[in-house]
Amino acid sequence: MNLNLTLLGQMISFAIFVLFCMKYVWPPIMAALEERQNKIAQGLADAEQGAQRREEAEAEIDQMLTDAKAQAADIVAQAQKRGNEIIEESKTGARSEGERLKLAAQADIEQEVVQARESLRQQVGNIAVSGASKILGQEISPDSHAKIIDELVEQI
Amino acid sequence: MASNPNPTPTEYIQHHLQNLVLGIHPENGLSFAHSSEEAAAMGFWALHIDSLMWAIGLGALFCWLFKKAADNVTSGVPGKFQNFIETIVEFVQGSVKETFHGKSELVGPLALTIFVWVFLMNLMDLVPVDLVPRLFAAIGIEYQKIVPTTDVNMTLGLSFSVFFLMIYYSIKIKGIGGFLGELTLQPFSSANPIIKVLFIPINLLLEGVGLIAKPISLGLRLFGNLYAGELIFILIALLPWYLQWTLSVPWAIFHILVIVLQAFIFMMLTIVYMSMAHEHH
Repeated sequence: MNLNLTLLGQMISFAIFVLFCMKYVWPPIMAALEERQNKIAQGLADAEQGAQRREEAEAEIDQMLTDAKAQAADIVAQAQKRGNEIIEESKTGARSEGERLKLAAQADIEQEVVQARESLRQQVGNIAVSGASKILGQEISPDSHAKIIDELVEQI
Repeated sequence: MASNPNPTPTEYIQHHLQNLVLGIHPENGLSFAHSSEEAAAMGFWALHIDSLMWAIGLGALFCWLFKKAADNVTSGVPGKFQNFIETIVEFVQGSVKETFHGKSELVGPLALTIFVWVFLMNLMDLVPVDLVPRLFAAIGIEYQKIVPTTDVNMTLGLSFSVFFLMIYYSIKIKGIGGFLGELTLQPFSSANPIIKVLFIPINLLLEGVGLIAKPISLGLRLFGNLYAGELIFILIALLPWYLQWTLSVPWAIFHILVIVLQAFIFMMLTIVYMSMAHEHH
């Protein structure tokens, strides 16, 4: 236990080291630590915000998907309905067209029958007249006997 | 003792406990002491060159290391060295924040300097006791004590500095009246002014002893622990060389705890004292 001037020397060097530390060591390290703390806090806040945004976007996507699905189903249903309608329409069209064609053909046939009957009657009249004239040996004027011929024709 | 190749155990221990003293000898004038008697004759006007040299060297090492880290410090991803320094700084800052609630530019750097410096000085205790003294003896320097904290001048130098800071901040924060009031008006107090005055000497005695005990105990605690540790290393070194490791290894491992703990205690008490100086009771 011999106290001497060393004590004073130690106090002076201690003061110098503390001052040095206070001026050149502590402030920059503290500033960096604080800055990093802020950076990390900012990063965490950003991450949280990002997560929230992602959640929102996911919800939006879900909504859009549901909408699109509903729309697609709607379109398909509409198309099916329209298709059925078209088929139905063409069926009806075809049926009526067939009906019309049939009717037209029948009318034609009937008209032909009438024509054929008419010409047949004409020919039979003529044949009858020529036959009769041959039988009678004389000319029978078609004009003078037109009445009789007509009656004959009516009877055929 | 350098002249004596086969010292007795007592001589060996005394040689190891003798500082390298530069001082004014009554007969020789300014010179290095060649024996403990010569050193004692120098009285107060002497310097322990070895203690000061190692302490200042280690303090400079601390400043250099931490300045290097502070110069290259980045708030981005820290490197290994920066990480190491930051761990220490954050540990000290955490201790300061826990205990010291005022605002001060000084307490943080003060605590950091004390912790690292005292730790480095204590760390010299783990250097084999004979290694450095032998090396110095080879170049003709007789005495060499390499653990500055085993020198009571060094530890009291630290604790007195802390004590002066304590007084300074007490007076600065509370005023001279507040500081004297704390010394004289408690723990005993009374509503009656006459009894209050009667209590003043008793309070002054109690508080005064408490105040003076702080730096003394702070310095002597560190000194005592390290001195005892060093002494035991020296005693172990007296054993035959093939037996030394059986004791020196366990003691050194235990001492790793002691040197960190003592540095921590010194820092913690400094923070507590500074906190007491800043707070009103």
